[in-house]
Amino acid sequence: MTIGVLALQGAFREHVAMLRRLGVEAVEVRLPPQLDGLDGLVIPGGESTAMLRLMGLYGLDEAIRAFPAPLFGTCAGMIVLDRERLGLIDLVVERNAFGRQVASFEAPIGIEGDDEPFPGVFIRAPWVADAGPGVAILAEIDGHPVLAREGRVLVASFHPELTDDTRVHERFLQIVREEQGVRT
Amino acid sequence: MKSGLAEMLKGGVIMDVVNAEQAVIAEKAGAVAVMALERVPADIRRDGGVARMSDPGMIREIQAAVSVPVMAKCRIGHFAEAQILQALEVDYIDESEVLTPADIEHHVDKWGYTVPFVCGATNLGEALRRIGEGAAMIRTKGEAGTGDVVNAVTHMRAVFGGIRRLQSLRSEELYAEAKNLQAPYEIVRWVAENGRLPVVTFTAGGIATPADASLCMQLGADGVFVGSGIFKSGDPDLRAKAIVEATTHFADAKILAEVSTGLGEPMVGISSASLTDSERLEVRGW
Repeated sequence: MTIGVLALQGAFREHVAMLRRLGVEAVEVRLPPQLDGLDGLVIPGGESTAMLRLMGLYGLDEAIRAFPAPLFGTCAGMIVLDRERLGLIDLVVERNAFGRQVASFEAPIGIEGDDEPFPGVFIRAPWVADAGPGVAILAEIDGHPVLAREGRVLVASFHPELTDDTRVHERFLQIVREEQGVRT
Repeated sequence: MKSGLAEMLKGGVIMDVVNAEQAVIAEKAGAVAVMALERVPADIRRDGGVARMSDPGMIREIQAAVSVPVMAKCRIGHFAEAQILQALEVDYIDESEVLTPADIEHHVDKWGYTVPFVCGATNLGEALRRIGEGAAMIRTKGEAGTGDVVNAVTHMRAVFGGIRRLQSLRSEELYAEAKNLQAPYEIVRWVAENGRLPVVTFTAGGIATPADASLCMQLGADGVFVGSGIFKSGDPDLRAKAIVEATTHFADAKILAEVSTGLGEPMVGISSASLTDSERLEVRGW
């Protein structure tokens, strides 16, 4: 299994390290041809304005829209995938909704299907302002969805790649395995 | 947590801006953050006198104009300026040698703040002392406001070369090395074991072209600060975009050739070697 991590800008190295820890081959993606043959793609946290502009320059936006395998967006990656940007998940994200850097925080998250809480790291975090009926909300903080899935797309407003807890990444790899099963 | 924001800035360009209009140009060009200051280093150099924290009104205008993180500078050791910047909810405080130092012996004790700090360093010992004081991000200093990249290169080689050297030492040798570096032993050991600084490490000071950005990234920087290099050039918008692209695609010489083409006049620049000792900013910091 080979997973790409969009490496235009942001916390891509942490995602690569996390995926490798889980025994998966992880490669950095900066240009459209590098998407060929990947089993999944992670869009990391970073600055979404910078990332979207760099994606547009070399056609990565269209290439990701046409990418058939599972996608996992964290923080800025979640913003990039929403209805108003790439349109790959039926929800709308409000940027920096939890506030500026001084309002960044850590909080335990109860994730559906997990017994132990997950250590949520929120950095200038966005929240989900609206989600369509097809989107499953897997975790919330104060009534705001922070982890959601629609089909092959998983999004988180927090940063599992900055923790030692691999469960959210494992959840994504499970989606990748399910999709591989569907396609073969 | 505090170093977490800096992780999000990696692979990006942070641009000096002096008003809301420039901040918008920077954000549209793909800057991952802006540094709000009243005068870019090239003007501070030209004007002389005492350089201080910016007017809070100007910082607020920039915060209102852009959605990317906004950083602002306080003088070295000037903890009251730092407290004011924290009250303004800036996203990062740069305790900067570009401003006139307020304390010739002590830096701000950065552990007491919720806002993270970025600090300059010319070598490994200086970087580790700043981290010991609580800095959540390091930038190599270079020589700000010159457009001459030579000092940035010297400082990066000193920091990254110093790390490689630490990795070659035996465990009992690290104690003496900590003494030589005048840095906390625990951090020295961490760096020796992990082969990198525990915080994100950007480069700064004299970056003026896409090729400069690529050079710094290839030498090991996590990202780039550009001060005077953009808004002192002939076409700031075009140059800002080109430096952003060069920082992402730093290892792709074909893209670098493309984005380096037709950028107009770079900032005029001052050869760093022509500066007198009193004109050098890099020596500020202890």
